[in-house]
Amino acid sequence: MKMRGFILNKLGQTVLIIFVVLVINFFLFRIMPGNPVRILIRNPKISAEALQRVTEQFGLDQSKFVQFGYYLRDLCLGDLGHSFVYRRPVLDVIMEKLPPTLLLTGTATVLSIILGILLGVIFAWKRGSKLDVAGLSLSLVLYSMPSFWVGILMVMLFAVYWKIFPLFGMSVPGTSFASIWGRLADLLKHMFLPTVTFTLILIGEYVLIMRNSLLEVMSEDYMLTAKAKGVSGRNLLRRHALPNAMLPMVTLIAMNLGFIVGGAIQVETVFSWPGLGRLMYTALMGRDYPLLQGIFLFVTVCVVGANFCADLLYRYLDPRVKT
Amino acid sequence: MTALVDVDQLEVHFTARAGLLRSMFGRETPVVRAVDGVSFTLGKGEILCLAGESGSGKTTTGKAILRLVEPTAGKVYYAGEDVRAYNRSKLRSFRQEAQIIFQDPYESLNPRQTVFNIVAEPLEVNNLCHSLAEKEERVARALIDAGLHNPQELFLRYPHELSGGQRQRLAIAGSLVLDPKFIVADEPVSMLDLSIRAGILKLMVDLRDQKGISYLFITHDLSLAWLVSDRIAIMYLGKIVELGSADTVIKDPLHPYTRALVSVIPAPRRKVITRQSLLKGETPDPVNVPPGCRFHPRCPVALPRCREEVPPYREVRPGHFAACHLING
Repeated sequence: MKMRGFILNKLGQTVLIIFVVLVINFFLFRIMPGNPVRILIRNPKISAEALQRVTEQFGLDQSKFVQFGYYLRDLCLGDLGHSFVYRRPVLDVIMEKLPPTLLLTGTATVLSIILGILLGVIFAWKRGSKLDVAGLSLSLVLYSMPSFWVGILMVMLFAVYWKIFPLFGMSVPGTSFASIWGRLADLLKHMFLPTVTFTLILIGEYVLIMRNSLLEVMSEDYMLTAKAKGVSGRNLLRRHALPNAMLPMVTLIAMNLGFIVGGAIQVETVFSWPGLGRLMYTALMGRDYPLLQGIFLFVTVCVVGANFCADLLYRYLDPRVKT
Repeated sequence: MTALVDVDQLEVHFTARAGLLRSMFGRETPVVRAVDGVSFTLGKGEILCLAGESGSGKTTTGKAILRLVEPTAGKVYYAGEDVRAYNRSKLRSFRQEAQIIFQDPYESLNPRQTVFNIVAEPLEVNNLCHSLAEKEERVARALIDAGLHNPQELFLRYPHELSGGQRQRLAIAGSLVLDPKFIVADEPVSMLDLSIRAGILKLMVDLRDQKGISYLFITHDLSLAWLVSDRIAIMYLGKIVELGSADTVIKDPLHPYTRALVSVIPAPRRKVITRQSLLKGETPDPVNVPPGCRFHPRCPVALPRCREEVPPYREVRPGHFAACHLING
């Protein structure tokens, strides 16, 4: 069957890509300068013997290829290794940090997709108007702003100057709440600034792509054909323009969905959000090879997986892809 | 022959989109005079050919008549009524009677609609069918009329699964389903293989003969114009320079531009193309239209007065119009 062959083919490609990324990840971190043992021990006066012992304990005395062999073997058994810094299984550490990240980046992504598509459609429809020019300029500005800078700006304005929102974290440390509602309110308060920051960072791209894609479709001959047939206004947009204009958006969304799990390193760091992004940052600072590899592998699988889903979805959305 | 469509001094000017910098410095935005005073009539069941080089404004004229592009000035009368003054419901019924067929059937069909949806859409928009069976029957009839046999087998196909000729027939079916009285055919065969062209042209002429459909046939190919049309109008830079019956325009052209076009029609046994009649250069930019006769920079027989005076468009012989200072009579 055609469909089965297609899926198998794509699946093979997906596995291959993940493997290549795996190899690169493994060696990339190991050619980075810095010795994890030194960072772990933190004692500059440690004896050579003790240093040797710790190095052996983590298997860092073996050649890199032997280490890679062990890594692959463990991976096949579902073991991502032990974190050097946290002294716990990597998978546990990742799973602990995943929910906060999903909460933050997931909310921001959904918000930016919905708002981005909506605004993109409005701007394209009102092409050339003052609204369009203003919206387009704003989108370009947002698209090109560095996220840490927006984050710091937000913190300065809303947390330090006006003191409307808390400065950092996911909750006020050491507080207990009488009811679930109190807890929820506190969480929402903490979520607000990082979510707004991340939404602002993401939305520009969605607006720009949606607007351009729609403008391109609206200049197609089949739009005029539909108009000549008597289709007008809203129906022209809904039945002819949008279904075709959404195709590039699906690609973009699929690509970005994969990155959700990676979190937003900069945003999470600025707001001290206990998510995967910040975990990646700390793992990098501590030369925590297994943890870094674990996170990278996790993100890779999600990105490649999201693209795989997009390919399948495309076949459903665009009849031309089938042949 | 009574006129179905009467075009009177139609003008379509486009303002070139002002760039950000240009609008900041307040410079004037250039105006493209795509159609600059075009008048003609089209009778019931007549095929009128609008011929000219690319950039002459023939496609824009066709779109403006159907109000797919808003005219800047001038009048278009359809069955005696001013098309530009139509309100919503009038425009709706006008869209049922006047259709357009585009040049490229790879672009003019929505890739995400099935054959059935493409042809059925005009019926749905106008609420013309009360049952699915009736709709299926009308769609099938339109497909058969357009020369696509076994319509039921095609219903669920997508345009990309069809050949170029089939696609153009599908586009024609989509315009036939409402039983139109007037069709603007914009280069309907120029993107098709030669072997398919004859079939599509014959189909269009047959539909005229059977259903009395009037065509505004837009083409750059004079031999094609001669073959299918009753009358030919030659356009140059937004204006009609010559209009007459197909035979007289081709066999006895009056305007130097028409002569140049006719002289390069491939014909058996023609010996040498006279040097003089080969056109030099390209159509000037419709932003900067030359003063006087707009053809004078390329005209092989231009006089000094052609540079200053706009030649009047007049009836030189009964039914044969032209705009040139050099024509006597």
